[in-house]
Amino acid sequence: MNLSIERENQRINTNRVVVSGEIDVFTAPEFKKNLLPLTELNGGALILDLNKTNYMDSTAIGVIVAALKSSVKHHCKFSVVGLTPRIERLFEITGLTELIARTQVGGGDTNE
Amino acid sequence: MGTMEDGPQLATYRDLLIRYMTHESELVIEESELLSDFLQEHGVSPADLVTMHLEVMKQTRTLDRATLRSMEFLINMMAGYGREYWEHQELKHKQKQLDKEIDVAAEVQKALIEGKVPHCDFADIGAISEPAKKMSGDYYRIVNDGKRLAVTIADIVGKGIPAAMCMSMIKYAMDSIPENKQGAPSSILANLNRVVARNADSSMFVTMFYGVYDPVTHVFSNSSAGHEPGFYYSAQQDCFFDLEARGMSLGLASGSRYKEYARVIEPGDMIFLLTDGVTEIRKDRDFIEREHIIKLIRRSMHLPAARIVRRVLYELKRMQHFELTDDFTFIAMKF
Repeated sequence: MNLSIERENQRINTNRVVVSGEIDVFTAPEFKKNLLPLTELNGGALILDLNKTNYMDSTAIGVIVAALKSSVKHHCKFSVVGLTPRIERLFEITGLTELIARTQVGGGDTNE
Repeated sequence: MGTMEDGPQLATYRDLLIRYMTHESELVIEESELLSDFLQEHGVSPADLVTMHLEVMKQTRTLDRATLRSMEFLINMMAGYGREYWEHQELKHKQKQLDKEIDVAAEVQKALIEGKVPHCDFADIGAISEPAKKMSGDYYRIVNDGKRLAVTIADIVGKGIPAAMCMSMIKYAMDSIPENKQGAPSSILANLNRVVARNADSSMFVTMFYGVYDPVTHVFSNSSAGHEPGFYYSAQQDCFFDLEARGMSLGLASGSRYKEYARVIEPGDMIFLLTDGVTEIRKDRDFIEREHIIKLIRRSMHLPAARIVRRVLYELKRMQHFELTDDFTFIAMKF
């Protein structure tokens, strides 16, 4: 797994995290360590770019769920872009797609 | 620690070293490896070994002062490595103890998972579950209370001990839900979702499929909480269908509601349930597609259910060179 954090120019508190390679049970802790602090920037925005991610397992989904819950708590706009068909299917089945959609509407119906 | 008297260890070392120095080097290699293993097992540290070496050299050669001094210097240097070595030995010891504890925990877990497949007059059922490591994050349960057949399959995110602990929680939650015996799949999942959402860490979630078959009406009803769809085989059409069901994984959001799906099962129909350890299997670089799993099932579906599951597991393991990368659970029901 390779992870880069880019600060988008147009807005100061907008970060884009690009992950390439594989996020699995071994790399998920590092993924979490990098991702979670970015969700705690009050009023900021975080874009997770998975365009170059060729594999993720359910541990990675778990990290994204934690990031989603944390961003709701900190009023940080969290979005995921660049899903490959396989990852999109994983998001669909587990219900993550629906959860992301709900938080973007502003419902914030997560359990925290 | 080995002492540097002219003991058997030193004698053996001297013998090998002399033979090595006098052109028997090729022949001695294998023996020296054996001796090295033996010395390590008997707690001879790196510094001890160099001391031994110096001792032999002093006995067999006249060493000039510089060489002698250099060897003493080396012994001092090795002392640091020695500390590492002892720490390593201690860690190895601790690791062994930990392994033993995990073995015990794995046994307890095995007892927790109700691996028994109940006898059923109206269906032939087979189930198999194999952890990738010692502890499993998969869970399944098949209950036949005489009136209904209830089947649960679940996959806890992650692997190893944390997943196993969460699995135990699920098991007890299922046992304690009062509607468990009579409940509809949708209400059981909604109840379990509350338990997981309340008790699990924010990055923890569980996918679960819960299905109930009524042998009188022949209706199979089910709900799914984010679980990999199973397969439904229609004997009349000789065709496999996804056992499609949608719902949020347990623990993602509080108050999740679950849709219930129902279908009439005809004699000869089959249902196959699996965890995503099955579909996330990668054969070298490519994923194994669901179509491929259907092919595997087709090849053995004429067999009794218990043999189908064993065969499919074997085939999938073979593709991964007999090393499971994820927990794997597979259930077959022939009606």
